[in-house]
Amino acid sequence: MLEDLNNLVIRSQADRVLTLTLNRPHALNALNTALLMELAGLLRSADKDDTVGAVVITGNQKAFAAGADVKEMASMNATDLHRDPRVQAWADIGRFKKPVIAAVNGFCLGGGCELAMCADYIIAGHQASFGQPEVKLGIMPGAGGTQRLIRLVGPAKARQMMLTGATINAKQALSAGLIAEVTAAEIVLEKAQAQAKQIAHYAPIAVAAIKDCYNQALDLELQQGLAYERRSYCVVSSSEDRNEGIDAFLNKRHPVYKNR
Amino acid sequence: MEQSIILDINKGVAQITLNRPQSLNSFNTEMQESLLSALKTITRDDSVRCVLITGNGRGFCAGQDLSDRQQDDSSGPPDLGDTLEKYYNKVIRGIQTMDMPVVCAVNGVAAGAGANIALACDIVIAAESASFIQAFCRLGLVPDAGGTWMLPRLVGMAKAKALSMLGDKVSATDAERMGMIYAVKPDDEFLHHTQELARHLATQPTYGLGLIKRALNESLDNDLDTQLDVERDYQRLAARSEDYKIGVNAFLNKTKPVFKGR
Repeated sequence: MLEDLNNLVIRSQADRVLTLTLNRPHALNALNTALLMELAGLLRSADKDDTVGAVVITGNQKAFAAGADVKEMASMNATDLHRDPRVQAWADIGRFKKPVIAAVNGFCLGGGCELAMCADYIIAGHQASFGQPEVKLGIMPGAGGTQRLIRLVGPAKARQMMLTGATINAKQALSAGLIAEVTAAEIVLEKAQAQAKQIAHYAPIAVAAIKDCYNQALDLELQQGLAYERRSYCVVSSSEDRNEGIDAFLNKRHPVYKNR
Repeated sequence: MEQSIILDINKGVAQITLNRPQSLNSFNTEMQESLLSALKTITRDDSVRCVLITGNGRGFCAGQDLSDRQQDDSSGPPDLGDTLEKYYNKVIRGIQTMDMPVVCAVNGVAAGAGANIALACDIVIAAESASFIQAFCRLGLVPDAGGTWMLPRLVGMAKAKALSMLGDKVSATDAERMGMIYAVKPDDEFLHHTQELARHLATQPTYGLGLIKRALNESLDNDLDTQLDVERDYQRLAARSEDYKIGVNAFLNKTKPVFKGR
């Protein structure tokens, strides 16, 4: 089947929430190069687009994304891998500055799980399954899996998952700390969108600073991290939106933020 | 050879009949595979709105066929965990996650895994002459097919432990009294009654019934706060169904609703 190259990711925006739907349903949304490039491109534009306050990435009921495109991978040699455009795409996805919620149903495996872990948090349906099964194919997670999974679920669970390739269900993923919420499959996307909408209406400067700071938390030693937070706090406090937010709270009215 | 599982789909009801009457419908590998494939067929068939599981002959199901389990000292112990993983656990998960009512018509003795498959169903009705036996302890085994999870939730820990450790035969009447099953019917009315019930359920708002099943199953591990959230979410979904609209309109117009199951 031929794919419409511009429709591997469907873009729709409501209010300040951009929803990106992975759209290779016949391949369980396997992440091929074209899809990843398209997704990275959309996120780069969304970063610059002031009308976008938050993003939801989702798939379909059967699969968020079942992994990388194994057929495509099989055709690549070492030289191809060296200049693999997916590396840049993944870097752009991981560096996106605005909040992203992954709304996950069905398979969220391999590259799919790595993509979901690039989001700020994951909301999943009861029947979702998560895992890094690369080891079963004689390969390994290659888009941040070994680094992000261990930070989210801790070393014990992460090592077990990556070495055995075993998948876990949504409930297990919740208790492991991989995901933030489990709910009915039919309601996952709208819950993610509702939360994204809530976030998108907060002051963008504060939201971006919070995201930037907690991302640092994973890399910095505590004293450095606290100093980083302190500096960010002062920067946010010098924004007009900070004055607006506090004034609105004290006067029991809705704040109107200007991203200043 | 006779089919060990008969699947009959008619007017929204999928009736699964366990059919190895000569061995009280006990499971051999072939029958386990057929039951799994019947469950798969049902989940793929959008016309099905209720499942009815029953047995042919004088027993419902005697559990694992032990003639498949002849102990041979030379080959070491069998891996019963493997059988559970491959078959019984999939059956239990299948019954529990099916988004429609699964009725079990327990026509005779339900022993071992046979009892626990019955108890995994949503509505269990037994013939007066039927009985339930957690026979595992007599062989040095542990109740499986969900038994250790389901029993304490149905009858409380005190009864669950005694029934599992003594392997006592529980009559249908006693099972009903202790809350293990929903109802008992006289033998001669039993089949007609359960089939009528299944046919009735198949005309009801299936999506809503599926949500009820999900909510109640989830409640078993949730605290009240979480469950109130679940009810809020499911009610939101239920109110979007066509059947809710049909139901409200029929109520207001004092007509009989014709539900579509979605």
